[in-house]
Parts: sequence; C-alpha cells; structure tokens
Amino acid sequence: MPHAIPHATPLVLLLIVLTDLAVLGTMRLSTCIRALGVQGLLLGLLPVSIAPTLSVHAVGLAVGTVAVKAVVLPWFLVWAIREAAVRREIEPSIGPIASLLLGAGAVALAFAIAARLPLPPGPDALLVPYSLATVIIGFVVLTTRRKALTQVIGYLMLENGIYLFGLTQTERVPFLLELGVLLDVFVGVFIMGIVVFHINREFDSLDSTRLTELAD
Amino acid sequence: MSVAHATALAVLLIVAPALPGIATKTRAVLTGRRGAPVLQLYYDLGKLVRKGSVYSVTTTWVFRTGPVVLLGSLVAAALLLPLDGRDAPAGFSGDLVAFAGLLALGRFALVLAGLDTGSSFEGMGASREVTFSSFAEPALFLCFAALVLATGDASLSGMLGAPVRVAWSHAAASMSLVGLSLFVLLLAENSRVPIDDPATHLELTMIHEVIVLDHSGPDLALILYGSALKLALFGALIVGVFLPRADLAAPAATGVLVLGLALVGVAVGVVESVMARVRLTQVPALITGGAVLALFGIILLLR
Amino acid sequence: MRLLALVAVPLLAAGVAALPTRRFPSWRTSLLVATASVHTALVGSLWVAPATPMLNGWLAVDALGLVVLTVTTILFVLTSVYTVGYLARVPRRDGRAFVSGLLAFLAATSLVALSQHLAMLWVGMEATTLAVAPLIFHRHDRRALEAVWKYLLISSVGIALALLGTFFLATAQADVPGRALILSDLVSHARELHASWLRAAFLFLLVGFGTKMGLAPMHTWKPDTYGEAPSLVSGLMAGALTSCAFLGVARVTEVAMAAGLGPFVQPVLIGFGLLSLLVAAAFILGQSDVKRLLAYSSVEHMGLLVLGLGLGGVGAYGTVLHLINNGLSKGWLFLVAGNMVLATGSSSAAANRGLVRTLPVSGALLVLGLFAITGSPPFGLFVSEFTILRAAVGAGHLWIAAVMLLLLAVIFVGMATLLLGVALGEPDAREAPVRESGWLLVGPVTLAAMVLVLGVYLPGPLQTVLAHAAAALGGRAP
Repeated sequence: MPHAIPHATPLVLLLIVLTDLAVLGTMRLSTCIRALGVQGLLLGLLPVSIAPTLSVHAVGLAVGTVAVKAVVLPWFLVWAIREAAVRREIEPSIGPIASLLLGAGAVALAFAIAARLPLPPGPDALLVPYSLATVIIGFVVLTTRRKALTQVIGYLMLENGIYLFGLTQTERVPFLLELGVLLDVFVGVFIMGIVVFHINREFDSLDSTRLTELAD
Repeated sequence: MSVAHATALAVLLIVAPALPGIATKTRAVLTGRRGAPVLQLYYDLGKLVRKGSVYSVTTTWVFRTGPVVLLGSLVAAALLLPLDGRDAPAGFSGDLVAFAGLLALGRFALVLAGLDTGSSFEGMGASREVTFSSFAEPALFLCFAALVLATGDASLSGMLGAPVRVAWSHAAASMSLVGLSLFVLLLAENSRVPIDDPATHLELTMIHEVIVLDHSGPDLALILYGSALKLALFGALIVGVFLPRADLAAPAATGVLVLGLALVGVAVGVVESVMARVRLTQVPALITGGAVLALFGIILLLR
Repeated sequence: MRLLALVAVPLLAAGVAALPTRRFPSWRTSLLVATASVHTALVGSLWVAPATPMLNGWLAVDALGLVVLTVTTILFVLTSVYTVGYLARVPRRDGRAFVSGLLAFLAATSLVALSQHLAMLWVGMEATTLAVAPLIFHRHDRRALEAVWKYLLISSVGIALALLGTFFLATAQADVPGRALILSDLVSHARELHASWLRAAFLFLLVGFGTKMGLAPMHTWKPDTYGEAPSLVSGLMAGALTSCAFLGVARVTEVAMAAGLGPFVQPVLIGFGLLSLLVAAAFILGQSDVKRLLAYSSVEHMGLLVLGLGLGGVGAYGTVLHLINNGLSKGWLFLVAGNMVLATGSSSAAANRGLVRTLPVSGALLVLGLFAITGSPPFGLFVSEFTILRAAVGAGHLWIAAVMLLLLAVIFVGMATLLLGVALGEPDAREAPVRESGWLLVGPVTLAAMVLVLGVYLPGPLQTVLAHAAAALGGRAP
C-alpha cells in the first residue's frame, strides 16, 4: 500500500486553499474563525494521507494537529470575540474584492515559485505550492486587516502554511519541529489572547489602529 | 441540425420553466412549507399569454422589442450548446465569445426596455443589473478559459462535449473548481439567493425583478420564460461540466441532461434555504469569489 | 554537563522564582543574582577548559557561540545586580513574573548560543520572544500594552518566517549525507546542498532573525519596545537578545559562505546594513526621547554588524568584535537611562536636562557613553567600526566606506545634540544632587570600564576566539 489514503491529499490541499480564500473574502469574524477551524481539520488529515504507511507517529501528529488547530484555537478565538464583543472587520485597509484578487495573485505567485524550485516528485512537490500560497495569504490578511483578532487569524494562517511545508520534512527532522510548531501556535496565541483581552479593557475596542500613541 | 439536436433543444425549451419551480419547491420543503407547485410557472405563462399588454404612453418601440430580443438571443445561445452531450447544432471554434455576447445582448435589450419607461425604479434596477453583470461576465470568461485549457478545445461543443471525460481524468481539481464557479455565476446571473431574492417584491432591494415592473401580458410572459431559459442554459453548462455524456446514446444523454437540470434546481433550492441574501454592496465580492475559484482552476492547469 | 547546566540552571531558577508568594520577598532577587553569578562562572570555565559537545552534537560551544554567550552573561550578571536596586525603587506587586521572566530569558539566550542544531536554535529564539513579553509589559499601562502588542506581533511573524527558512534549509539538505540541520554537517557538505533552496533559506532566515535583530525595514517595533520597557529590559534586549538574533543570521551565513554563495549573500547583507544605517540616521536627527534615541542607535549598530558580515575579510572580524562592544555599551547606556527614568519618571530629553547636576555619576556616564556608542576613540567601538571600514576600503568598495562615514557622522551629530543637551543643559528646577544608589551604578560603571579596555587592549585568548569566529564566517583576522 503506497499511501494510506491515495487520492485524498490533492483534494485536502485544494480545500485548504478554498478556506484561505474564504477568510480573504469575508468581513465577518465568525466566518473567518470557522474557516480557520476547517483548515485546521484539513491540516490534521494530511499527516495520515501523505504517510507512506499508517504509523503511530503520523496518527499522533494528526490527532495533535486537529486538537490544537481545529478545536483549541478556534474555541479560544470564539471566546475572545465573545469577550470582546466584536463581530466584523470595520474599515479594512482593502475591501473583500481586492483581498480576493490579491489572494488569487498569491496563489499564482506561489505556484510560479514552486515551479522554479527543485522538488523531488511525490507528495512533497504537491505540498510546497499550497504551503507557499497559504503563507502568502496569511501574510496578506495579517497586513491588510486592522482588528487585532483578524491579525491573529492571519498569523495563524501563516503558521498553517509553514506547517504544510514542515510536513515535507517530518521524516528527516522528526518530532522537534512538530512540537515547535504546535507549541508556538499555542503559546503565541495564549499570550496574544492576554494582550487582546487587555487591549479591549484599556481601549474599549480591538482596533489595533488605535494603538498609535507610540510613533515618530 | 440532426434529429437528436432538435430533440435535445426542444426538451430544453420545454423543461426550462420547471427549473425555477423545482428550486422554489425545494426551498419550501426544506423550510417546512408546502410551497407552490413545481409547474406553477407554466400556469403563470398560460395566464399571461391570454391577457392583453398595457403600454405606458412614454414608451417607444424599444420597450416592445426588448422581450422579443431577449428571448431570441437566449434561444440562439442555446443553439451553441452541445445539449446532446456531443456537439452543438451551430458550434464553431471560439463560439464561447458568441455565447457570452448573446447573453449580453439579451440583457442589453432588457435594460434598454427598462430605461425606456423613464421610471426611476427601472433605472435603478437597470443600473444594478449592469453593474453586477460587469463582474459576472469576466468571471464567465475565466470559467471558459479554464475549460479551454482543460479540454484543449476552444468551442463550447468541445469544452462541454466529448473531451470533458478526458479532462476529468487529469484535471479533476480544476474541473470541480470551474463547476463551482459556474454555480456561483448561475446564482448571480439569474438573481437567486444569496445575490437577489426572486420572491421579494420590495423594489428597493431587488435587482432583476425591478426592471420588468412595467411589462405585462405576453411581454411579461416572454421575459419570465426568458429568465427560466437563462437559468436552464447555465444549468446546462454545469451539467456539461459535471456529467460528461458523450458515450451515451442520444435519448439517454438528453435524459441525463433533464436529470442534471433537476439536480441543479434542487441545489439552488438548498442554497436558498440555508443562506440569507447578502447586502447589495457585498454582491461584487461574492461574484469575485466565484471568479477567483475559476482563476485558481486555471493556475492549477498552468502548472 | 556544563553546557546543559548553562540552560538548565536558569530554567530551574525561573521555575523556583515563579512560585507564588504573598508579597515581594528578597530571596527572589538573591536567587536572580546567584543564578546569574553561577552562569557567569560556568561561561568563564568554558574559556579555560573547552567543553565536549553533548546530545549527539546538538549542544556545543564554538567561537561565535562563546562570544555571544560571554556578552550575554556579562550583561546579565551586571543587570541582575541593577535589578536589586531597581525593584527596591519600583516594587511592582511581587516581582514574580519579572524575576522569573528574566531567568527564563537567560535560559533561552543560552540555548540559542549553544545550539548547533538550527531547529533548536529556532526554539530558543522563540522562547526569548515569549520570555521577554511579560518583562516589557511590566508597567501594565496603555503605552506598555501597545509596545508589547507590536513587539509580539512583529516578532512572531519574523520568527515564523525564520521557521520557514529553517525548513527550507532542511529541504536543501535533503539528498546530502550528515545529520539533519546540524551546523557542522551543513558546513562540511555545504557545496552539495541545493543552491536554490539554500538561497531561499538564507533570505527567510535573514528577514526572520533580522526582524528580531531590528534591521531596517523590520525595525518598527524597536523604538516603541525599548522606549516603553523598563530600561534594564531594554538594555538586555539591545545587548543580548539582538546578539542572539544576529547569531541566527550568522549561522546561515556560515553555511551559505561555505557553499560558495558569497556573491549572492554579500550584496544582500550590505544592502540591509546600509539601509539600517540610513533609517537610523534619519530618525536619530530630531529625536526627543533618550530611550527611543538609543533604540535607533541599536538599529544603526545592527546595520553595522550585517554590513561587516557582508563585506567579509577583516569585516567579519570587525563584526564579531563589534558584537561584543555594542552589547556591552548598549547595556551601559540603557542602565544609565534607567537611572534617569528612576529619578524623573520620564525618558524625554526635556524632563532630564542638567543630568550632570542632578545625578552626577550617571550624567558623566551618559556623556562618556555618547562618545563610546558613536565610535570615538579610545573606546572599543572605535576599533571595531574602524575594522569594518577598513574591510570596505580593502575590498575596493570606496563608496560604501564613504556612505558609512557620512551616516556615522550624521548619527554622531544627532545623538550629541540630544544627549549633550540632556547632560549639560540647564535643569528646570534647582534640584539638589540625588545620592545615587550603588546597586544602580555597579553595572554601568563596570560595563564602561570594559568597553574602554577593549578599545586599548585585546587579550590574547579573545583575539584567538575572534579569529576563529571570523574564519567560520568566511573572513580572517587583520
């Protein structure tokens, strides 16, 4: 059996990019979080679907990924929006249409870059363009949205893209990096959450543009 | 035009008015209502044809020719589609541009007719119709471009005919993205939820319905039938992408087409019952989303 | 064993310091100073007797790592003494988060300096980000919040890009023998690595760790964070944390130079270096806040570090020496700025005029510091900046040397205008000189003495280590 689930990987990767685009196209925070949760779930399927054989390591990674990226983080973000009573992105620096077109450009760019890099054939070559696309789109969200929470979502998408790339290296650099990624996401958001909570209390709003007291 | 072509076209023209009925019925059933009968539009058309038309004194011949041009262009567009799953009665290389052009011509006639009344309501509706279609048309071309790349054929007969099965074997992802994108366009071009609500009669929120406020009798019948036919044309595009049927015998292929159209109708109904109508300002974003799907399909093909 | 202890001892102490207590106990600062002293002693022993690599070669100490470790521990032990005086003046609840955050920071920076495995180096770098966040937020007010938010967001993105760069590096190594991501194996097989992946890895690691260093244009968090954090934390960040981040950049540069990518790597480094100098010069002119001024000065010195690295040859030697000089003098100046803030409650120039009269020792240290940090003789920074300049001239890049000199002159004028105004200006109110606490002066005075000594005399062992480090970076001793 060459792959545990043969044809699932391309489909899962496709759906991951669709969740990226969903985040770009919506101004509603709850939709963003839902898309992020779905993306986390899809990411959790990948270690199993690309593993040559169904190993304990792959299953463990899958379970851990789903637990963190599809359950804990979305739950945490939902808690944060309820706590902070924010619903939608007000006045993003660019609108949904421009975001979507930027997203399409990002996907095109990612595939163009991946085509130039030397990649061994196989699942790795499949993962790389999608990983780069998710990284770039995460960066677009991070830089074009103004709410602190949406920026956190962009950061998490960036991390998800890196995770996708990391999957190509699980055989060579085992455990440490998975641990690093999960820990990073978890702790990063934990601290950001505290900050979000304080921003809300201090400024009565989660608008990071109001954080402008410090400037030259 | 062979017998098979004529049969397929006739079947399409006959079943078209059932399509909105199926969508409405699905929506009604899913929301726990009984709903209007599936064949309601046939009754409405029969009733309207028997009535006389009333024309405002401010209107000219433009108003009267609008519905005729609309229906004529849609029937002509239907001739370009490979309805029997193999080839179209009047296909040629590059006919996809003609297809889009005919749809645009029909819309143009309808918009002119609306503007001809001189009513501000119709003007508003016309403006919205044109605005949103300026987003939808590029998206349609992106879908076509993806299909051309996937099938290697620049005519609608090829894009939706025999090469489709081959395309699915090597570009399944792009094909499904294009199908999805076409479905978004179907909702947009035919004023369905979440773009527009065909059931509403609140003029301020309407897009399509408001243009035809002044039409009555047989004119209105032509327009209503035209709308149903347009829905069926888009449905046929989607069926062509998802259900390649070039290997089937002609009657079976036509049967699959009818079945596919019914499924599209159900899908529209399901979408309408789970989604709310979006605000007018967000409609372009939704259509852009559809276009980006097609664009993504193209990127995957260019790899 | 000593290598492990360098990380484990501060980590353990951080755990102990995090134990809840009812009020601020004095044992917590004693623990801080004791741990810092043990750490310094351990690092000192590494100079005398080299340690064997541990954990399958993941932990080892090489010349460059030893330099960073030494700067860190010297700064930390002196800062810990300063912390005793600082927390006595500014008691903030129980000091629990502060002390254990400081110790965790020491553990994380030691991990970075000792990591030979580049993924572990990344983990250490991430840990420093998290350890420092509560320290920046020490004042718990609006401005501190804004600073910590900017710092966390920008650093997290930087560290994420560095992670991607680390993955790229692992991909470049895919078909090459040797242990994955171990520095020595990467260097010894450098020519077999996939060149395009290595280039991508270099760029991402440079931008990622460059963000943590505060290279322009990723420096935007720096003035806000250094301005709002307690001064001793700013000093540790500007001296030790940036050195660790530079170590990350230096590691990937080592691999790239060994792979013969010099023609690709060097212009990029020089570009970032000159841009940082330019940005620093532009923002230093007309600055009105001492701590923000020092932050831009830190941007300047980060620029000098990568500039020297990019010039190669004796420039690499100058860079490593400059790393030491910059680390020590940044600690010196921020601790002096801390004394100023403790006295007046503000770091703005207007509130601190006449520092020589109100705080005579700190005022004098500030004036001396101005000359040290701008690279005037006889301080160490003159030697290292001159070495970098020599590399530029030696390599025939006369225009780089000219631009560098011009920007350094502009920076000198900008800094002198502000700092001399602060030190020698007319105080607002006729305040009597404050008696300065010894705890708060030990640090800056010692650091100043060290920078002065480095300007006139380089000990033999130090020269050997510097030469080894420069050789690893593709350079040589002068």
